[in-house]
Amino acid sequence: MGTAEIIIKIVLVVIIFAISLVIAMYSTYAERKIAAFLQDRVGPNRAGPWGILQPLADGGKMFLKEEIIPTNASPFLFIAGPSLAIMTACIGSAVIPWGQTITIGSYTFDLQVTDINVGILYIFGVVSLGVYGIMIGGWASNNKYSLLGAIRAASQNISYEIAMGLSIIALLMITGTLSLKEIAAQQHGWHWNVLYQPVGFLLFLICAFAETNRSPFDLPECETELVGGYHTEYSSMKLGFYLFAEYINMFISSAVMATLYWGGYNYPGMDWVLAHTGPTIGPLIGTIVLFGKVFLFIFFFMWVRWTIPRFRYDQLMDLGWKVLIPLAIANIIVTGIVMQFTK
Amino acid sequence: MESLSNKKKLVESKPLNLLERAYLPAIAKGLGITIKHFFKKPVTIAYPEEKREYSENFRGMHSLKRDENGKERCTACGLCALSCPAEAITMIAAERQKGEEHLYREEKYAAVYEINMLRCIFCGLCEEACPKEAIYLDGSHVPSDYLRKDFIYGKDKLVEAPLNQ
Repeated sequence: MGTAEIIIKIVLVVIIFAISLVIAMYSTYAERKIAAFLQDRVGPNRAGPWGILQPLADGGKMFLKEEIIPTNASPFLFIAGPSLAIMTACIGSAVIPWGQTITIGSYTFDLQVTDINVGILYIFGVVSLGVYGIMIGGWASNNKYSLLGAIRAASQNISYEIAMGLSIIALLMITGTLSLKEIAAQQHGWHWNVLYQPVGFLLFLICAFAETNRSPFDLPECETELVGGYHTEYSSMKLGFYLFAEYINMFISSAVMATLYWGGYNYPGMDWVLAHTGPTIGPLIGTIVLFGKVFLFIFFFMWVRWTIPRFRYDQLMDLGWKVLIPLAIANIIVTGIVMQFTK
Repeated sequence: MESLSNKKKLVESKPLNLLERAYLPAIAKGLGITIKHFFKKPVTIAYPEEKREYSENFRGMHSLKRDENGKERCTACGLCALSCPAEAITMIAAERQKGEEHLYREEKYAAVYEINMLRCIFCGLCEEACPKEAIYLDGSHVPSDYLRKDFIYGKDKLVEAPLNQ
């Protein structure tokens, strides 16, 4: 690896990191705006035109709030919790292919930080690490509500990770690879995986809602029962990190869904566009398309949140173990049979 | 027993069928409802910039009227204070002196006229009781303030602005 390549990679890392932070920041704004629109309200509109500076005001407020560590909390773990949560949220974006191979001047490189051949497994690993942030934070708070929220988060993640993994297996049987770059490349033009795996996508979508602790699966932070859930005792920017991590997770899981099932940077007629715009602009259009898909997914996350109420805890477990896992296994079997007959 | 109003409804709680237990059709329907609201005009009135119109018969802050020559109509008869169910009105009467004819219409006038806006219930009985058509509840609502004593409005706040000649 030459010096130029290393510099390109570092620049790419910084850009992706900055983009995911900005998107997470503006997701908080978008969430409030969308919630308002869905409820016939106006939403934040005081800070800047249309309230566009609201996230900055919120961030400033978070930084200036008093930093409280409860007396009986374990200080090291109490700080480690939110740090771990935001770190695992941020590193998931490393394997996502943000675009095709791009040529700028004399340099040709992939719009992907690293293409490891077990890309999906890496994402699964990172996602399952994410729950440790919540677990550690909830346990270190020394508060029964926090602990209950943390336990809920852990059991929910374990239950839904199985269904998520199983729903992916059917997809992997079709693609025959674990590398996200190859999966994205295989969906060239219109050959999006969602057309071949609609049930798999639905299962993955539901599990993604559960993994990111979004409504209707936001039991870990269920206000009516658990005060604030795992972040009851948190204040200041440590609370901000937890909330931020949730939005970054949402962004990353939207990107993963778009890449795995909705064609990633592919769109119909991309060859024509690529031939007419050249190797620099063409891939960038693909990247913009990918971000369009990601934003649609983020909007869907929020739309669902402001539509349906939270599941009861037993319903959550029923859905995970008795519905999603059998459905995922059935999906694998059907996929296998269809593949056998269409070979 | 037979219900007399005939409005009684039997609440049924059948077990959910398979389609209902699958949640998804119901969720899709709910998403349809919320997206319809997404494109609706918000009902919000952005208060300091936009103000809601008062209805025509709204009873707000009192004002003591002047006649067509700009003289105060009130003659301090005290009927408003007497009619007030909340005892919010009080006044001190005085006799009009020579040279004050351009200020007061009647020979007797209210030197001090106070309404306690915290007591007032905005019923409008003072308005009805007044024989001189001197008091009307035609203002906007009473603005907020910090101290109770500041809610006792004197003539400086109640009397209409003098006519410009």
